[in-house]
Amino acid sequence: MRVGFHRGMDGKVVAMAVEVRLPTLLRPVADGSSSVSAEGETVGDVFRQLIGRYPGLADNLIGEDGSLHKFVNVYRNDDDIRYLDALDTKVADGDVISILPAVAGG
Amino acid sequence: MPFAEPTLVLDLAQYRRVVAHCYDGLPDEACGLFAGPVGDDLLPTGAVGEVYPCRNADASARTYTIDTGDYLRADRDARSRDLDIVGGWHSHTHTEAYPSATDVAKARALGPNFVFVIVSLKRAEPAVRAYRIVGDEILELPVRVEGL
Repeated sequence: MRVGFHRGMDGKVVAMAVEVRLPTLLRPVADGSSSVSAEGETVGDVFRQLIGRYPGLADNLIGEDGSLHKFVNVYRNDDDIRYLDALDTKVADGDVISILPAVAGG
Repeated sequence: MPFAEPTLVLDLAQYRRVVAHCYDGLPDEACGLFAGPVGDDLLPTGAVGEVYPCRNADASARTYTIDTGDYLRADRDARSRDLDIVGGWHSHTHTEAYPSATDVAKARALGPNFVFVIVSLKRAEPAVRAYRIVGDEILELPVRVEGL
């Protein structure tokens, strides 16, 4: 798996860690956690790492065509990744990725 | 049909904010989110810690979609209080406080524990009812307003 790296203050190469905030709906498939830490260069990398750890997340994050599931919204800090580069959106150390299911009806 | 768990408990101020937001949204449907605690089984306890009026991104009298930026702000506030976003509300401007076919179809994205509150503005007095939607099954939850 490709993982994002940067150089720490001591010059050593370290992986970029982000916090991923899960909605209540997804907590049961992530051992009950409401937020988890993961690493990667892009949001897609982070999600693939999380799906490796919690396979139950797969159906809720990525659609059959490999793109972001249409019933879920994902923010990198304050920005909706659909208006950035979707799953190819880069992440940096300390970013917060929020997963928000679509709340809609009639 | 017996009621399902949990009982949704709103205080009077929360109830008034929910209903007022629904009237403010007319002629469109209005919507918002609830934060509250969940049990070990991740089912909401029914207590409501905060209500968050949100924008209806559809700006429609027939459908609603909670504005995702408003959802993000609500989620951050809920987390800062160690609460979960456990449910949402929306208005039915001219129909009963009962889930529509669209409500049931879109509930799949939210799972069986999400509490849907529907505020009907059909009559002079608002009607507020709560549900969980488990697959195609609609379970009604009791609603209690403290101090009403």
